[in-house]
Amino acid sequence: MMASEPPALVTLVTGPEELLRDRAVSHIVSQARRHDATAEVQKLSAVGLEQGRITALANPSLFGELTVIVVGDLGEAADGVVHELRAYVAAPPEGAALVLVHGGGVKGKALVDAVRKSKAPVIECKALKWENEKIAFVQAEFARAKHTIRPDAASALVDAVGNDLRELANACSQLVADTDGVVDRAVVERYHAGRVEASGFRVADAAIEGRSADALRLLRHALATGVDPVPVNAAFAAGLRTLARVGGMPRTMKPDDMARDLGISSFQVRKARGQLGGWSAEAVAASITAVAHADEQIKGGGTDPVYALERAIVAIAAARAS
Amino acid sequence: MTADTETPGVWADLVGQERIVEILREAAEAAAARLSRSGSHTGPDVAPADAMTHAWLLTGPPGSGRSTAARAFAAALQCPSGGCGKCSACHTALAATHADVEVANTRTLSIGVADARALVSRASRHPAGGRWQVMVVEDADRLTEQAANALLKAIEEPTPRTVWLLCAPAVDDVLPTIRSRCRHLSLRTPPTTAVAAVLVRRDGVDPAMAAFAARAAQGHIGRARRLATDEQARLRRHDVMQLPLSLGRVSAAITAAGDLVKAATEDATEEVGALAAHETEDMKRALGVGAGTRQPGNASAQLKVLEDEQKKRATRAKRDGIDRALIDLAGFYRDVLAVQAGAAVELVNEEMRDAVTSVARHSSAEGTLRRIDAVLAARAAIDVNVAPLLAVEAMTVALMSG
Repeated sequence: MMASEPPALVTLVTGPEELLRDRAVSHIVSQARRHDATAEVQKLSAVGLEQGRITALANPSLFGELTVIVVGDLGEAADGVVHELRAYVAAPPEGAALVLVHGGGVKGKALVDAVRKSKAPVIECKALKWENEKIAFVQAEFARAKHTIRPDAASALVDAVGNDLRELANACSQLVADTDGVVDRAVVERYHAGRVEASGFRVADAAIEGRSADALRLLRHALATGVDPVPVNAAFAAGLRTLARVGGMPRTMKPDDMARDLGISSFQVRKARGQLGGWSAEAVAASITAVAHADEQIKGGGTDPVYALERAIVAIAAARAS
Repeated sequence: MTADTETPGVWADLVGQERIVEILREAAEAAAARLSRSGSHTGPDVAPADAMTHAWLLTGPPGSGRSTAARAFAAALQCPSGGCGKCSACHTALAATHADVEVANTRTLSIGVADARALVSRASRHPAGGRWQVMVVEDADRLTEQAANALLKAIEEPTPRTVWLLCAPAVDDVLPTIRSRCRHLSLRTPPTTAVAAVLVRRDGVDPAMAAFAARAAQGHIGRARRLATDEQARLRRHDVMQLPLSLGRVSAAITAAGDLVKAATEDATEEVGALAAHETEDMKRALGVGAGTRQPGNASAQLKVLEDEQKKRATRAKRDGIDRALIDLAGFYRDVLAVQAGAAVELVNEEMRDAVTSVARHSSAEGTLRRIDAVLAARAAIDVNVAPLLAVEAMTVALMSG
């Protein structure tokens, strides 16, 4: 069998999404194995790594097999190791494939920038923040397994287990393994019925849009899946703040210009504009007062933070209706 | 007689507190008498009602000079001639560098139990200079409950030569158990004329500016000096005072709240940021962290501790800044109320009389009282950890309505 392309001499895997990082690393390892079935894989962590170890591992072996060196937690590398890696990246030796894994953030950023500059291939593992990104991820998962999921089913799946990407990926592979044909909403509901992972922002959106029953239900889901009351209330405050500020701008203004003036994203502007219907300035004012009161109740002024949040939702609904 | 020109020695900076100065001076004399008696072994303490005691609680509104009074008293206790203000004992005690004067204060939000235990152990030492071991707790209101409890025993029965001086805004700010172990002295808000006079005398401020600063600071001496000498501080105050005039609509109220919090934050960052950067540099150098060297194993842990401390300090500075702005705002509405009630008193914001009169004409006294309540409610809310921006927003919205 013709040996396939070997992996690059140096690859940088960087970004906060752990699942994607792990996948990138295993992809490189399997690429190396396809190229050379005897390839040896060394997985190291930069935490407590001694200087010189990586260079020693990269030395050509007696039998000439490929060595894949995976260095995790790059941000924790000691200065000496950083120094060594800089030299390595500047002139990588043949016969070894170095995979540097960095969890994102500012720690070890200087080294990451140096690797980027060296033109080594970089695999970005950005966090998937928005719902549409997660839905696209679900669809890609199914496509990879040569399966199909309907858009509404994908969205229901993200609602149910979308907080953690690894959990989402597992749910996808379970559905792929257990079902035949196109996965639709009914299938997703059979597997994940009654489970909703709600963030504070979803609760706030429901409350502000006047869906107070939804908001109360989502609040319970959010609290049950481990969201703290404080950020939920902060989401109420942020939502109302944006509402008030967007509501004060001229209606004819373009969302992008408004976003620049207010220092928020144009996505937020569009969302707030959609929510503005049904709100009067007085109602926004009354809601802000209620949320400020709830904040005090949550932070020790009252005995039950959950009750304070429910009261705030009801108060927002009452203000909007008046 | 204006006291600030006549009060000699270490008491010179204690503005408008003649009664307190009198009491503390007598106490210092009694203390000196007790020292000389025990030195010459002439028998037991025979003074009738001893003016000196081992624990004092000094209270008074912010800026009235609580810590100034405590330090002056400490100096008077350490000085061989009862607080001349010229000897090295006086100088070092006032600057809190005297070997037998321990000053505990905090630039973060609270004084914890670990600090309190350190104070207790320090308090049990014999004074190195042979006079008194003076323990000044400048922020006794910021003692956590645990910390205060750790101090109880030491405050109740200190070693014979130890004196505790606790400072707090009000008696209610310290635990009743602490309060009952101290002799209580209450400082008053110094009159603006006295504050203005001290600005002119000590800081060489122009009399008109001193009068303005003393009025605007509402008796807070430190704030008055800052306003008189720092143009940026004056500009920021000016911006804050425009807030009541810019509350047309809800969106404007929210924007104004955002601006106020942002200005206070910037102020705080400016104040503590430079110091923080300097400290981090110093610590890195001390730990040997730098380019081309191996980072010591525990260096990042230590830097993290410092960083946490700096963050706490920034939070405190930010809250203090917002609080200052809220006090200025309350002052504005106090002026509005004074005009509405037809009271013939000096306005805090005399230079804004036109704006004050206009607001007074377009609102009711009842509404003004409600607005003052709203400002005070925001202060109270921030004090119990409500998100500052949210609390200020609720306030501006309340200021607007009615």
